[in-house]
Amino acid sequence: MLATSLALVTLSPSAFAAWDLQQLMDALALNKSGRATFVETKHIAMLDLPVESSGELLYTAPDRLEKRTLKPKPESMIVIGDELSIERGRQKFRVQLQAYPELAAFIDSIRGTLAGDRKALERHFRLGLEGSAERWTLQLQPIDADMLAVIRRIRISGAGDQVDRIEISQSDGDRSVMRMEKPAAPR
Amino acid sequence: MTGLRRRGIRAIALWLVFLVACGVIISRTHFTTDLSAFLPRSPTPEQKLLMDQLRDGLTSRLILVGIEGADVPTRARLSKQTASLLRADPAFVAVNNGEPVNTERDRAYLFNHRYLLSPAVTPARFDVAGLHAALSDTIDLLSSPAGLLVKSMLPRDPTGEMPRLLEQFNGGSQPILLDGAWASRDGARALLLTQTRAPGSDTDAQELAMAAIRQAFDTAAGAAPSAKLVMTGPGVFSVTARNTIQSQVSRLSIIGTALIATLLLLVYRSFTALVLGLLPVITGALTGVAAVSLGFGSVHGITLGFGTALIGEAVDYSIYLFVQSEHESPDQQRWVERFWPTIRLGVLTSIVGFASLLLSGFPGLAQLGLYAIAGLVAAATMTRFVLPHLLPRNFRIHDVSAIGARLAGWTRRAASLRRLAAVPLLAACIVLVLNRANLWNDKISSLSPVSPADVALDTRLRADLGAPDVRYLVVVTAQSRERVLHAAGQVDTLLQTQVDQGELAGFESPSRYLPDLATQRSRQASLPPPDVLETRLAQAVQGLPVRASLFAPFVAEVAAARTQPLLRSADLERTSMAMAVQALLIEQNHQWNALLPLTAPEGAGINADRIRAALGATGLPNVLFVDMKAESDRLYSGYLHEAIALSLGGLGAIVGLLLLVLRSPARVLRIVAPLGAAVITVTAGLIAAGQQLVILHLVGLLLVVAVGSNYALFFDHSTGASAPVSPRTLASMLFANLTTVAGFGVLAFSKVSILQAMGITVAPGVILALIYAAIFARPALVRPSHA
Repeated sequence: MLATSLALVTLSPSAFAAWDLQQLMDALALNKSGRATFVETKHIAMLDLPVESSGELLYTAPDRLEKRTLKPKPESMIVIGDELSIERGRQKFRVQLQAYPELAAFIDSIRGTLAGDRKALERHFRLGLEGSAERWTLQLQPIDADMLAVIRRIRISGAGDQVDRIEISQSDGDRSVMRMEKPAAPR
Repeated sequence: MTGLRRRGIRAIALWLVFLVACGVIISRTHFTTDLSAFLPRSPTPEQKLLMDQLRDGLTSRLILVGIEGADVPTRARLSKQTASLLRADPAFVAVNNGEPVNTERDRAYLFNHRYLLSPAVTPARFDVAGLHAALSDTIDLLSSPAGLLVKSMLPRDPTGEMPRLLEQFNGGSQPILLDGAWASRDGARALLLTQTRAPGSDTDAQELAMAAIRQAFDTAAGAAPSAKLVMTGPGVFSVTARNTIQSQVSRLSIIGTALIATLLLLVYRSFTALVLGLLPVITGALTGVAAVSLGFGSVHGITLGFGTALIGEAVDYSIYLFVQSEHESPDQQRWVERFWPTIRLGVLTSIVGFASLLLSGFPGLAQLGLYAIAGLVAAATMTRFVLPHLLPRNFRIHDVSAIGARLAGWTRRAASLRRLAAVPLLAACIVLVLNRANLWNDKISSLSPVSPADVALDTRLRADLGAPDVRYLVVVTAQSRERVLHAAGQVDTLLQTQVDQGELAGFESPSRYLPDLATQRSRQASLPPPDVLETRLAQAVQGLPVRASLFAPFVAEVAAARTQPLLRSADLERTSMAMAVQALLIEQNHQWNALLPLTAPEGAGINADRIRAALGATGLPNVLFVDMKAESDRLYSGYLHEAIALSLGGLGAIVGLLLLVLRSPARVLRIVAPLGAAVITVTAGLIAAGQQLVILHLVGLLLVVAVGSNYALFFDHSTGASAPVSPRTLASMLFANLTTVAGFGVLAFSKVSILQAMGITVAPGVILALIYAAIFARPALVRPSHA
């Protein structure tokens, strides 16, 4: 997701130095907006089969994230700053992320990564980076015990300045994997 | 002579007894400052309910608190500390600042009683098809971001009753959270919403509550001196209004009395005369308060403020006595014979004028009317029957005949000003005709003693908090709590449709938190027994990625719910829903009212006709849609028109009285013409200065007529007798006029809009009345040119 033509330019100098977390963050931070389609698979112990949903993700720096689910039911989730609104059929929720720490952790991990906001990520997670600039995986482990009771680990993978996979492992063993792809249409 | 003395002693003794009686009554009098006296007495039950709501209802109990200054974390910390101190205070029913305080108990109440509370619980929901649909919905929800929140509930609540209830209860916008505490949208202010136990009309309790909030804040803010506390709300307004009225009334009466005393001292050059001259005033004031106390059970602060102004009017009688009495032989009997009939007629016209106020639907206006009548009668009677006996032998005041002579010279020339006087009068008429459409301010807020700055703060905090302004209400009435809850439940269904259609953003209803027993029973009856439910579940999960065995907890909880004791109001205790039910369910004279406040969609109003039509279509009796603001404005404008009619009636009665006494239409016309001219000119002046008239301007105009009639009568009295107005009489009128202007002029500087309205009307009005009286009432000098 979130490809920009700047990607190559920003990455070229780093090719000469050891690639590190800061460089990944800097590269990601240059993306001011992006759009991708997603397919999310949730493995829930209670259910015999994984549930799958798909739709579109939109991101605008620094803090707007929109997830438009088209299947199985149309639903839209928009996060702006600390405000999360969900529209599902006739139902509309609007909540403050602060009131739902587990939801906040989940959103902040994605948003922080897309924004390349290392400080925001390190507030809630211990970060670990594997791989190279071409193929990397960022691992986020909650610091807060309350959050750890819900989320065990988040793994975000990508290539260059594009995130293409987010895997969330919950503490109860349930797991979700979201794969993202740039839309085929050129901008 | 001894007979006269004895009569004198008897009169003085009677007067003293009367004063003591007044004193006793006043010592037992309850003084109020709330706005209720200036809210209309309401004739219909709906309007009564409306007024009660304004005085005692849910909104009247809210105090909105803002914390400003310092930084975000400090404000949030102060908010939490202040809130925790206040939560321990029994004076507060609820203290909300966004912290999850009641959340656990609230959730437990909702979750444990979800099958009694959820309107979705019907037999159809628990048959195979219904279960299948509900389950697949819930499974879909698991795939959504919100799924994280509902997942753990799936085995116990697969039909999703809990999310449905939560959605209902969390409907409506809430303030944003900054560092775990509510904050304004711009983040510059931390917010708290408190509900007091005492109604908003209990000003003492509201003042204590405000003090408690301030103290809690000061305790918390010790280390953060830059933080500032602001409060608003109906109770706060009452307290502020009371303090303003109290300080204003005492200040005004001191300044007014000082001014008048100085004036009198300048004229009389005698302390004895000053003290004696003030006796009728004191008598009048005490009588007025005592009469209002007896007539209304309590005396409003505004009435007292008005009383200080009336000092300037009541003092006139003693001025007439002192100044008009022959200087050479101060024989008061002569004065009584010569002038008393005129003054008596003046007092009578005043009484007739004010009597119209007694009929007003505003208790406050009726109070003013009674105060004025009782006060003026007492002051005049005392001047006539007691004061002459109190005057020491050889009582003398400073000789004012020099002033009188100069006034006489002016007065002789005044008639030549007639044509000139027509100019401002004509201009005034033009102003009035041009502005005839919006002479009157018929918004009830025009009576409010709350300053615009306070109103602005209130609007801001209210918007920040998303606090209900409770403008639109559906009121359901029935004979019992059960019936009213049942009817409210039916209205809920209808309103929910309006919410779904986007006509409403949301609504509140007591039957959501506490459904009537019949509804609860029917919901229980919708729940199948465990074996049936198991069989149906087994069929319902076909095609879904779940096993029926997952839902064993569900089956058990449904089984328990079937025989669960029904919810009663006691079950709500210590949840935040308890306060909602208490506020929304009102018993009054064995009638139960359920209030359902509606919230308008963001950025749009509520289409009242549409909601009314929808409610009407249900055929439910005793369901009423009320737009509180429109209703109260309508009510006020109704009373304004009533007051205008009454005033006109009073004017008519004055004319009738004069006709009856004087038996000469021409003389009556000469008396009424300057009064009418004064009223027209002063009204036009107010309008030209950008004022819209409220009821209190009207009272002021009535006063102009009442006071001015004395002047006009004196001029008429003199022309009736062959002699022109004596210089002494002229001087007395000037002094009387100055004291009246002083008394009311002080009111014009008042911060209480009601008093200010009266002051700026009466002070210029009486000056104009005197001038016009001098100009119009000298036919003797004009007559030759006509002849």
